[in-house]
Amino acid sequence: MLELAIKGSKKYYAWIVVLLVVITMGFATYLLQLSFGLGITGLSRDVSWGFYIAQFTFLVGVAASAVMVVLPYYLHHYKAFGRITILGEFLAVPSVIMCLLFIIVDMGQPMRALNVILHPTPNSVMFWDMIVLNGYLLLNIVIGWKVLEGERNGVAPPSWVKFLIYVSIPWAVSIHTVTAFLYSGLPGRGFWLTAILAPRFLSSAFAAGPSFLILLALLIRKVTNFDPGKEQIQSLAKIVTYGIIINVFFFLCEVFVVFYSQIPEHMDHFKYLFFGLKGHGILVPWMWTSFILMIVAIILLVNPVTRKNEFVLAVACIAVFIGTWIDKGLGLISGGFIPSPLHHVNEYIPTGQELTITIGIYAIGFLLITVLYKIVVSVKEEVRA
Amino acid sequence: MEESRRSFLKIAGIAAFGLSAIPAIDIFASESSKKAPAPAPDFSLTENSKALSAKRWGMVIDTRKFKSEKDLEHIMSVCHSIHNVPNMTNKRHEIKWIWSEEYPHAFVGDENEYLSEKLAHTPIIVLCNHCQNPPCVRACPTQATFKRQSDGIVMMDMHRCIGCRFCIAACPYGARSFNFRDPRPFISKTNLEYPTRMKGVVEKCTFCVERLAIGKIPACVEASNGAIIFGDLENPDSEIRKLLKNNFTIRRKQHLGTGPSVYYIV
Repeated sequence: MLELAIKGSKKYYAWIVVLLVVITMGFATYLLQLSFGLGITGLSRDVSWGFYIAQFTFLVGVAASAVMVVLPYYLHHYKAFGRITILGEFLAVPSVIMCLLFIIVDMGQPMRALNVILHPTPNSVMFWDMIVLNGYLLLNIVIGWKVLEGERNGVAPPSWVKFLIYVSIPWAVSIHTVTAFLYSGLPGRGFWLTAILAPRFLSSAFAAGPSFLILLALLIRKVTNFDPGKEQIQSLAKIVTYGIIINVFFFLCEVFVVFYSQIPEHMDHFKYLFFGLKGHGILVPWMWTSFILMIVAIILLVNPVTRKNEFVLAVACIAVFIGTWIDKGLGLISGGFIPSPLHHVNEYIPTGQELTITIGIYAIGFLLITVLYKIVVSVKEEVRA
Repeated sequence: MEESRRSFLKIAGIAAFGLSAIPAIDIFASESSKKAPAPAPDFSLTENSKALSAKRWGMVIDTRKFKSEKDLEHIMSVCHSIHNVPNMTNKRHEIKWIWSEEYPHAFVGDENEYLSEKLAHTPIIVLCNHCQNPPCVRACPTQATFKRQSDGIVMMDMHRCIGCRFCIAACPYGARSFNFRDPRPFISKTNLEYPTRMKGVVEKCTFCVERLAIGKIPACVEASNGAIIFGDLENPDSEIRKLLKNNFTIRRKQHLGTGPSVYYIV
């Protein structure tokens, strides 16, 4: 089926060339980081994780959200999603690959990465994260490929694939749970030290992932002859609606606990993010933007009239995606490190080089999505013809 | 880790002996005499007879004995110079093993609104607490940081560290530093008896394991004029236990359950 990826229009190739240019820029900057060290980033002794780890966390969510199309189809026999499960699975694959790349670029000694396997350490959450992420990647590649191949040949996929699909459902939940455990089990970081972190991660993932899938579906309908379907998009929209409402609810639960208990170790991080602390608050406008975007999205999504209008729906999905991205991609990591365990406030601003590497990795992700979706759409068009 | 290093040294020693024996064997061969060969020298590693040992090393810092920042500066500079800790020009890339904090920062959560005049101005010396239950060791995905079972010191293997910085996130005391760039150009005078580090690895205080191994007390203790006392927390007759018995002491963030081995008299 791979041959389908190289038979494209001029526009398809132009888009790929653009992505390759961005990837090259990112890679060149990474070589610079490799020779100089992580000093070219905005990271510091106090804020020792930043943009890379934040993107990793956000994208684990996007990857996990594939379960939101797989589960209704395979467990509830919701037939309509049969058309788009492959889109979910092939969104998960590039997302996990981006996650792994973000971990690698964040390492001080990436050539020693295999030490995690050579010296397996079950008491480290990082060890388990390595296992669940790689396992999830493998599952989705195999499942996606086999199901699509079956569709192309007009036969049902082999029965062992069904087994892998059932395994992939709890596995999707596990990747974001384990990722949350990276943070929520650390004794001195009040911002993350909360049992609601994993549920919050999952709810924001189940809002962000499907909203991105809706946007991709609308795009596919526009640029190809394959229509993912009106009903499918509307069902996804309902999932996004529940996801984003639950996410805001969980967030408000946390806000209540933190501000009603008034325990400084937990409260000061929220103060920093939403009001500023000791005269520092570069993230304040971002965090409020994020919150407002999520509220606006809820209003647009809850109302059936606006939700059923695909243009308004697209706007709401963009709001959900950006809102949850700011929450996880900017606030989550910085907010956990500021103030520091010794209660100093040293802020973090990513550098241009850091952003170039980040954008380069996103371009790799988009390249993979483009190629995989190209194959999917070609098969779908072929089958229909 | 220690075990594999030991066996490596053994093999290396045997190999070196083998090579050095070749000329000797040649001589014997040419002389064809029946002289008995000299007994093989023992190359196995033994602990230095002067090495200091304990069941669990600990420290008491008597903050009353520090009058000003100056008393601390000497201690910090001794530690940092013998351990090749670089003096980074960029504050973000700072590396420190032992440093001073104001009371409200050293004892976050235990600060008083109305702190005694003296305490408000006393700099508190802070370093790795060599916790009994270290969260950094729990977090490390490669066991590059580990607690030595024999004496409870939390150590670092700079050659195994992948630079993921999970330990920095896990440490509630900010005791760990990361080499954001090659530290060597920022070491004013390299101590050839102690290794330098490379970019991309984490480092911290090691309770001077390299000095304990040859019978010396940690450098900061030696430089402190009796303000820092070092000893075996599990030996009821040790000086440190007597101090703990006779003085009210506190530890940093005791409520987290990490079990710090550094006590403070305030």
